[in-house]
Amino acid sequence: MEAAHAHHGHGDHAHHPYGIMRWITTTNHKDIGTLYLVFSLTMFFIGGLLAMGIRLELLEPGMQFWRPEFFNQLTSMHGLIMVFGAIMPAFVGFANWQVPMMIGAPDMAFARMNNWSFWLLPVGATLLVASFFVPGGATAAGWTIYAPLSTQMGPGMDLAIFALHIMGASSIMGSINIITTILNMRAPGMTLMKMPLFVWTWLITAYLLIAVMPVLAGAVTMLLTDRHFGTNFFNAAGGGDPVLFQHVFWFFGHPEVYIMILPGFGIVSQVVPTFSRKPLFGYSSMVYATASIAILSFIVWAHHMFTVGMPAVAQLFFMYATMLIAVPTGVKVFNWIATMWKGSLTFETPMLFACGFIFVFSMGGFTGLVLAITPVDIQLQDTYYVVAHFHYVLVAGSLFALFAGVYFWIPKWTGHMYDELLGKWHFWLSMIFFNITFFPMHFTGLAGLPRRVPDYNMQFADFNFISSIGSFGFGLSQLILVYVVVKCIRGAGEKVSDKVWEGAHGLEWTLPSPPPYHTFETPPVVK
Amino acid sequence: MLNPSARYFIPDPSTWPITGSIALLCMASGAASWFNGWSPGKFILFLGVAILAYMIVGWFHTVAHESESGQYNKQVDVSFRWGMSWFIFSEVMFFAAFFGALFYMRVLSVPWLGDLEHKLLWPDFNATWPATGPGIKDPFTPMGAWGIPAFNTLLLLSSGVTVTLAHWALIRNDRNKLIAWMFATIGLGLLFLACQIYEYGHAYSELNLKLTTGAYGSTFFMLTGFHGFHVTIGCIMLTSILFRCVAGHFKPDHHFGFEGVAWYWHFVDVVWLGLFIFVYWI
Repeated sequence: MEAAHAHHGHGDHAHHPYGIMRWITTTNHKDIGTLYLVFSLTMFFIGGLLAMGIRLELLEPGMQFWRPEFFNQLTSMHGLIMVFGAIMPAFVGFANWQVPMMIGAPDMAFARMNNWSFWLLPVGATLLVASFFVPGGATAAGWTIYAPLSTQMGPGMDLAIFALHIMGASSIMGSINIITTILNMRAPGMTLMKMPLFVWTWLITAYLLIAVMPVLAGAVTMLLTDRHFGTNFFNAAGGGDPVLFQHVFWFFGHPEVYIMILPGFGIVSQVVPTFSRKPLFGYSSMVYATASIAILSFIVWAHHMFTVGMPAVAQLFFMYATMLIAVPTGVKVFNWIATMWKGSLTFETPMLFACGFIFVFSMGGFTGLVLAITPVDIQLQDTYYVVAHFHYVLVAGSLFALFAGVYFWIPKWTGHMYDELLGKWHFWLSMIFFNITFFPMHFTGLAGLPRRVPDYNMQFADFNFISSIGSFGFGLSQLILVYVVVKCIRGAGEKVSDKVWEGAHGLEWTLPSPPPYHTFETPPVVK
Repeated sequence: MLNPSARYFIPDPSTWPITGSIALLCMASGAASWFNGWSPGKFILFLGVAILAYMIVGWFHTVAHESESGQYNKQVDVSFRWGMSWFIFSEVMFFAAFFGALFYMRVLSVPWLGDLEHKLLWPDFNATWPATGPGIKDPFTPMGAWGIPAFNTLLLLSSGVTVTLAHWALIRNDRNKLIAWMFATIGLGLLFLACQIYEYGHAYSELNLKLTTGAYGSTFFMLTGFHGFHVTIGCIMLTSILFRCVAGHFKPDHHFGFEGVAWYWHFVDVVWLGLFIFVYWI
């Protein structure tokens, strides 16, 4: 008892500065998780605003609002901000809140470094947003910043390069933290194969991040020295090759797309069993499928570059390797469906988003298979078909999984149930407007409409008009999310029990709602 | 003493991270404006570097204090081991990007530039490594392997031995030998850096080998330069560990600060072997 009291004297109480300094200096995983999520929501709206700018220009043919170079800045920055500012930090926010609570740890392994991982992000975001206001404006080379476009642009490109360095450092530190927490901080009895699937997917994602973010740092460093110090990595006259940039970039870039979806798979794997009131079907196969996707992700990068010219044998290799990824992904989709099979299903908002995810993500997966076929890809490279494909997997995939996670856990985090009616409205409006926006892009893409161009032929006018209207609707629907979240945080909505959901399983549901500032200081024992 | 796993260590709220973020904001904005011709940018960059140095010193001072005051239990120690291992893995991948660029140029892009269809464009280009690329006519002499580079290999490999001897002395609690071998390690590291600075000077003044010397110059200076930068970081880390040794820090059974730096030093050593073989030798 004496010892227990001394122990409480140091770390048990909510002993922290107040006001803004609480958030700046915090070493608490829940505070930092909240910071990540608020940051990512902010960036989601900034990136969304840029998307609205793109769709406004494309509402009808001809040049209406922007100069062509500003249009390209909009598309480039929309991509960079959504990938590095919205989707990735949101998943890290979930990891911060959930991983310690799900494995019975008191906090992240490196709580102070965790703070820095977050506070690097506003720096990167500031550099990115500020780049719009420097001479020449922001980078207009696409989010992939291909050389030689990117070796030629103005200061905005340098700001983007430094932003990528800094956000990459943030990701690496965050991943080292998450991976160490999972490997070293599990409660007694929480063996690896007992971990919730969200934790498993993050373990593998963190490994991918540590493996590829430094490669991106290398790529943009070569870009920087090519731009300012006369190196010749991407200059054929000096013995280099612009295609080298594409190889290095996509060696990072392809694992990156799994970095943005695997934790989403994890969230869906928590939500579907809860609302099916059945354990997850095929837990171990889910783990192995996730690992297989991660391993395969390293050997498919050149499917982004079929048109640059490569030996036929390389094209065949990358085509088949890419198609192989459909196998573990299919395992996952069938496991989710088998979990629902004969379950006692209810469709609260998290489950709606999870089901919507499975349906729409699968469609994005199928178009991915179409694009994996080399001869088809050569036709479809840089058309709106590609835009449709990756928005089906990134918006209806990653983003819908994030929404499912928000509605699933926000009662636990705030202690208050969200507004179910508004949640359902948010789901249905998002689902419908998403498809209105992106489904027509399959048709325009197949008909040959190139992406990243502000004007188009009259024949594409109707489909583009539909897409633009859909996108405005999608953008406006997201305000519902903000309203629902703010309501929850402000304590409106009925109080929830510890368990929140009837079918919930896992350590986080044994904690009070909302959980106290420090949880699991004495580790629980998992049987 | 409680069961070690029953009590976790959580650091107090800290202002070091935000200090580091401010430093990086200064560095990035200063460098971006300096590189684009606004020369006062360099002062903002140096200010950022100074703030970063202050942050690193302060942060690690806090860590050393926490460690020495016995706040780190066995579990924290294991966390540090995992963390350092994954950090070194990320560094390996950073160098892999540059080695990848080297192999791509040597095996693919330079031979392509010398193939039959490019003969029409650049009839005089001889696509054998070491090459500059067809657009750069300035003649240069490549860096030989068996002068300074071979000596540098010897230096770094010996420093790997001395740091291990220091580690053994620490485990035996022989503090005098520990400090002596640490001195030797840092000395070898600094001598390596001195040799490399001389080598760079030699390359620029006598071999006409510059950063701008096409594919060869780019890969040579970027790979050896980043390695040299890591040796510099390693020397600074070793020096801070030496100061801690002199101040009586570390115990025979509790000294991950020392081990982490030793791991890092061995990593730098292994990268050098890759450089020696693929950049200098073959």
